[in-house]
Amino acid sequence: MSTETFCTYETAWCPGCGNFMILECLKTALEQMGKEPSEVLVAAGIGQAAKTPQYINANAFCGLHGRALPAAVAAKMANEKLTVIVNTGDGDSYGEGGNHFIHNIRRNIDIAHFVHDNQIYGLTKGQASPTSVIGLVTGVQTDGNFNEPLNPALVAIACGAGFVARGFTGHKEQLISLMKQAIAYQGYALVDILQPCVSFNKTNTFAWYNARVYELDESYDRQNKAAAMQKALEFGDKIPIGVLYHEEKSTYHQKSEVLKQGVPLLDRKTDPALMKRLIASYI
Amino acid sequence: MYNLLIGGAAGQGIETTAAILEKFLKRSGYHVLTIRDFMSRVRGGHNFSLIRFGTEPIRSHSDRLDGIIALDDETVHEHRDQLNETGFILGDSKLSATDDRLIKVDMAGMAKELGNPRVSGIIAVGILLKMFGETLDGAEDVLGTFVKQQYLQINQKALEQGYAIAEKRYEHLDGKYSGWMLISGNHAVALGAVAAGLRFYSAYPMSPSTSILETLAALGDEAGVVVEQAEDEIAAINMAIGASYAGARAMTGTSGGGFSLMVEALGLSGMAEIPLVVIDVQRPGPVTGLPTRTEQSDLRFVISASQGEFPRMVIALRNQEDAFYQTMRAFHLAEAYQIPVILLSDQYLGDATATVEPFDPTRIRVADPASSYDGEDEYLRYRYSEDGISPRLIPGKTKHLVAIDSDEHDERGWITESAEVRTKMVDKRMKKIEGFRRELLEPDMIGPEDFDTLLLGWGSTWGPIAEAVRLLNQKGQGRYAALVFGDVYPLPQKLLKEKAAQAKRLINVEQNATGQLAGLIREETGIVCTDSVLKYDGRQISAEEIAARIRKEGAK
Repeated sequence: MSTETFCTYETAWCPGCGNFMILECLKTALEQMGKEPSEVLVAAGIGQAAKTPQYINANAFCGLHGRALPAAVAAKMANEKLTVIVNTGDGDSYGEGGNHFIHNIRRNIDIAHFVHDNQIYGLTKGQASPTSVIGLVTGVQTDGNFNEPLNPALVAIACGAGFVARGFTGHKEQLISLMKQAIAYQGYALVDILQPCVSFNKTNTFAWYNARVYELDESYDRQNKAAAMQKALEFGDKIPIGVLYHEEKSTYHQKSEVLKQGVPLLDRKTDPALMKRLIASYI
Repeated sequence: MYNLLIGGAAGQGIETTAAILEKFLKRSGYHVLTIRDFMSRVRGGHNFSLIRFGTEPIRSHSDRLDGIIALDDETVHEHRDQLNETGFILGDSKLSATDDRLIKVDMAGMAKELGNPRVSGIIAVGILLKMFGETLDGAEDVLGTFVKQQYLQINQKALEQGYAIAEKRYEHLDGKYSGWMLISGNHAVALGAVAAGLRFYSAYPMSPSTSILETLAALGDEAGVVVEQAEDEIAAINMAIGASYAGARAMTGTSGGGFSLMVEALGLSGMAEIPLVVIDVQRPGPVTGLPTRTEQSDLRFVISASQGEFPRMVIALRNQEDAFYQTMRAFHLAEAYQIPVILLSDQYLGDATATVEPFDPTRIRVADPASSYDGEDEYLRYRYSEDGISPRLIPGKTKHLVAIDSDEHDERGWITESAEVRTKMVDKRMKKIEGFRRELLEPDMIGPEDFDTLLLGWGSTWGPIAEAVRLLNQKGQGRYAALVFGDVYPLPQKLLKEKAAQAKRLINVEQNATGQLAGLIREETGIVCTDSVLKYDGRQISAEEIAARIRKEGAK
C-alpha cells in the first residue's frame, strides 16, 4: 500500500483486514488523479475504518463516532477547493450516524463517502452492525441477529443520491475506478465497499463475497433509477458491484446564494459598510 | 416613565402592534424597553408585551401599569389589578369586560370598513400615539419596516384614523434617544457574530434561540454567511466545528435541550482545539420545561458539560449591549485560545428589545488563526508551547497538512496512548486557562461604595438588579450595592473577594431554584451567601419584586 505521494504508515489493523486494500486503492486513486496531499481532506468518525485518515499523507479530521459527515460537509462549505473524502465504517455511517447519512444525501455537497462495510462492528469486537445479515450470532445478538439489514445503496438512491456505487476489496482495479469516479463526481457520492472482517465476521468472509459479486458491465444503464433500485436490492446469491446509479444534479454549492458566487467562504470578509447599514436598520 | 401592556391571544398580532408602537416611541426620543411574555402555541391562549418608556435609561420591566391595550377580555381580567388608579384600558367595543378605566373603541368595525380586519392593532397604535402627545411624523418609514408594500397604504390609513378619533391625555416628553438602536438580545447576538466575521452558522430551530437563526438567515446572503438548518443539534455543532477547522468562523445556537445533544462535540472542540462559539438561550427545564419562558438554570450544566477535562469559557449576557459586544469577544477568545466559548442568554433577554447606543464593531478586536509558523521545521498542529497555544494552520491554505483527532494525540495530531504524551498534552491544553484568566472581565459593580448589603447576580437579571438597588437605596432602608457577573466561568474573583469582605449581608438573586451562582462562588472562593432571592416560575423577576422580597423577608 505504498504510493509515493500519500505515503505508507504503520497501522493498527489486523493482518488480512479489508481496510488495507481500501487504503491502497484510495492512495492510488488520489495519485492517479494528480491530487496534492494538502488539497485533500480525509475525514472519519470512530471505528477501525475511521483510523484511515491517520494512515494517509493528507489533511485529517478524526472527529466523533457517527459525526464524520456533518463535519466533512461543513469543511467543504468553508473551502470548496478541498477534495473532501469521508472514509469510515458501516457502524459509523449507517448506525450512529444514520440521521446524517440521510440528510447529507439531501444536501448534495460535493464530497465522496467511502464506507468500509464489513457488516460487523470491529473496534468494539464483534457486535451486529446495521448491515449485518439475519442469523449472525454475536456476543450481543446471542440468538442470532433478527433485525432486517439496512441496504445502504437502496436507501441512498431512495433519498436522492446522484452517485451510488458498490465495491468489493477483492476487485482492486474496479474499486480504484469507483473511487476516482466518486471523487470526480460533482455532488455527494457514496461507495459502499464490501470488505471482510477477518477477526469478527466469520459469515461474510472474503470467499463469501468473492463467490457472489459480479461486475456490472457496459450493458447496464446506470441512469435508470428504477433499475438501479432493483440492482441495489440484489444482495444474496448474486451481488452486483459497480456504479449502481448515476445522475447529474445541482450541488449545494451551486444552489447556495452565498457559495455560488465562487469565492471560497473562508476568504470572504464582512463588509464594514454592510455592518453600518445593519446597525442603522435598528435605529 | 410610562408602562403599557398589550395583551391578547396568540395570532391577534400583538407582536407587530408592539413592535410598531415601540419604534415610534423610540424614534420620538424615548428610551424604550419591551419584554415579551407568550405561551408555546400558535393560536389562542394569553400573550402580552410590556412596553416601558421614558426619558431616562430603563433597565427593568415593571409590573405596575399606566395603560392596557386589551385585544381580548382575558387581558382585562388578568392585568386590571396591575393598573394604576389613573390608568386606562383601551379595548375593542366587542369586549364584554367592564371597568371605569376602560375606553371602548370599535376598532374591529373600523378595520373592517377599511377593508382588512387585521389592521385593528394599527388603529390602536394611532390612538395611543395621540394619547401620548406624539405626532405621525415618519409613519410610513416605521410601518414600512414591518408591513409589506402592498399593505402599507391601508395601514397608514388605519393609523391616521386611530389618531384622529383619540384625544391627547399625556404630555410628550423630550428624550435624547431617537438616534439610538432598538434591538432584542437575539438580534444583537446575530449582529455581533456578523461583526466578528461569522461565516458559518448551523442550528436546529429551538425556542427561544430560533430568532438568531432567522436573523442570520435573513442577512446571510448579503453578508456572506452560510446559514444551515441542521438535521439535529448534534449535526449543528459538528458542522460548526468542521467549518471552523477548515477556516470559516463558525457558531451554533440552541437552548438547553439542544445543548444537551451538543455536549459530546463540545468536548471535540476542546480536545481538538478548534475554535467554537455556542450560545445557549436558556429556558426553564428540565427537558421540554416551559418552552417560551425564561430561566437561568443551565449555568452549572454548561460549565461542566462533556466528559473529561478541557478549557472553556462561559460568558453570561447581561443586556443587549453585551449581546453584541460579548458575542464579538467570544469569537476573539475562541480563536485566540482555540477553545469553545459558551454564551449564556435566556428568553427574557433574547426576546426583549431595549434602547442602546449604536454598536461600534471596531471596539472589539477579533483574533485571526494563530498561524505564525515559519515553515522551516515540520509543521505540528499541537506543538508544545509556553502558553499552550499551538500554530493553527488552515487545511489547504499552505502545503502543510493539518491533522486533528478526538483521540488523545501527539504534536502531529496522531493517535497516541503514551503516558508521557498524554500528560504533556493535558498540561498544554490546561495551560491556556492561565492565558484567558488574565483577560477575564470583573463583574459590574452597581451602587454606592459604602454599602453593607451586596446583591450577587449574573446574566439577564442585571437590569432588574440594577433598578432594585436604586429602589432599595431610594427609600433609605439600607445601603445596597450589587455585583452582576458577565464572565462567569472561569469565575473572576478579584472584585468579588474585595466587595464580599466589606458586605454584612450577601444575597444572591437568581432565576433558578438552587442558587447556581451562589454554589459556584462558594466552590471557587469559599464565600457563602447569607440569603437568596430565587425565582423559577418562568417569568423574569422585576426590580420591584427583588426590592420587595429583600425588604419583606430579609430575603429567603
